[in-house]
Amino acid sequence: MSKPTTPTHAIDVSALTHRASGQIDFEQEDICLEVQDLNLYYGQKQALKDINLHIPAKRVTAYIGPSGCGKSTLLRCFNRMNDLIDVVRIEGRILLDEQNIHDSSINVADLRRRVGMVFQKPNPFPKSIYENVAYGLRLQGVNDRRTLDEAIEKALRRAALWDEVKDRLTENALGLSGGQQQRLVIARAIAIEPEVLLLDEPASALDPISTLKIEELIYELKNNYTIVIVTHNMQQAARVSDYTAFMYLGEVIEFGDTNTLFTNPQEKRTEDYITGRYG
Amino acid sequence: MEKGDIGHHISQQFNAELEDIRNRVLGMGGLVEQQLAEAILSLIEADRDIAERVITTDYQVNALEVSIDEECTKILARRQPAASDLRLVIAVIKTITDLERIGDEAERISRMTLYLSDDAKLNKALYVEIEHMGNHVRKMLHDALDAFARMDVEVALNTAREDEKVDREYESIMRQLMTYMMEDPRSIPHVLNVMWSARALERIGDRSCNICEYVIYLVKGKDVRHVSMEQMEKDAQP
Repeated sequence: MSKPTTPTHAIDVSALTHRASGQIDFEQEDICLEVQDLNLYYGQKQALKDINLHIPAKRVTAYIGPSGCGKSTLLRCFNRMNDLIDVVRIEGRILLDEQNIHDSSINVADLRRRVGMVFQKPNPFPKSIYENVAYGLRLQGVNDRRTLDEAIEKALRRAALWDEVKDRLTENALGLSGGQQQRLVIARAIAIEPEVLLLDEPASALDPISTLKIEELIYELKNNYTIVIVTHNMQQAARVSDYTAFMYLGEVIEFGDTNTLFTNPQEKRTEDYITGRYG
Repeated sequence: MEKGDIGHHISQQFNAELEDIRNRVLGMGGLVEQQLAEAILSLIEADRDIAERVITTDYQVNALEVSIDEECTKILARRQPAASDLRLVIAVIKTITDLERIGDEAERISRMTLYLSDDAKLNKALYVEIEHMGNHVRKMLHDALDAFARMDVEVALNTAREDEKVDREYESIMRQLMTYMMEDPRSIPHVLNVMWSARALERIGDRSCNICEYVIYLVKGKDVRHVSMEQMEKDAQP
């Protein structure tokens, strides 16, 4: 029998016992978006009630909650998409890098460039793959071919789509699969280098494999962007997000780091929702 | 989590599954309790028949551990439980491991009985304290299972506190047994066997204490393993 050998190098126990990777501390976070006393009404009906939230920069924040709880409405506040609805009235402040996005000095088009959005259903333009991603850049007046080529490759690579489409950039984007279309739309959104990416149910129309690709993508993207995601799929929120907010009837019931919220929520309503109980 | 509330899921099937594993853990707990009671009795009475029965029961306990584990795996895979449901499944997985090991310790005591009953010169005085400690540990196990059944943090805390007393009893028995060995070296083989039994009882106290920690984790969501009693009491506060 061979003699047992002692390890040649010392074992770093602290590296083994530190808590799961990505352990984060809310107090230490840079804040990207700050919501202060936000109330939103559709006509007479109040859809958001006294929302106060901090969204940390370069993290994934997820909103979960039953249908009609206001999570999409809140998401749409961040790039003023609700401006497009006549009956909407908004009170309170939303600060993006400490500037109120409702200030008269804010150009809405500019705001939406800084805060990109991806919807539930992929909505590529009926143009080539290349032109889809180039669209926002061309709007900004970028026409130099080489600059465009580089930006488009970078965006498609970040969206984990490059390898699948690099040989057919001139083909119509509508010929891509649903999962590919969704990643294309994300590439289109990030081509113009936004600060914040809003994702409204980005994977709910996709099959499980495409969903995992989108989730993997979200994980990669948070190195560069602040991501806010709305999802009905609680396991998805648990998988991809760093922070989770549970909303109910227009209120934020509980907001905290995802690990705690899914293992030991403090509020009974959160507990009932994530465990599938009726209150 | 509210005391004992594992129902009220929208899925009735899920309610039934959680209720089922909980009941099976309690059934397994009952079996192990019985095993322990009989192991102590067999030792005190030097009864080979009872000892044999304890050893046979261990197969049933092992089989239960495997089947409950399997059920928990199924729930994790199919239901992806969260929050208190997740903690229940995790607590069950850990609890049955400790229950199974308690069963093993009871079996060990019964095997000692088999060795000892061959020994003609049984010293009854040796067993008075063992019996006392055995009953203490039995109560700990019973209360730990009771705390689990009712998800009662208070009972869990009180039971965990008992472990220190059991440890002191164990030390006192050790000293007593050492005296026997020094007085009469011929008694050493015999006394060593008794010592192993005392050791097994002490371990059962530790494992019952573990179960109490899982109850606190289940109800409060706080991991109270390897912390001081004071910290445990603090974490268990409402």
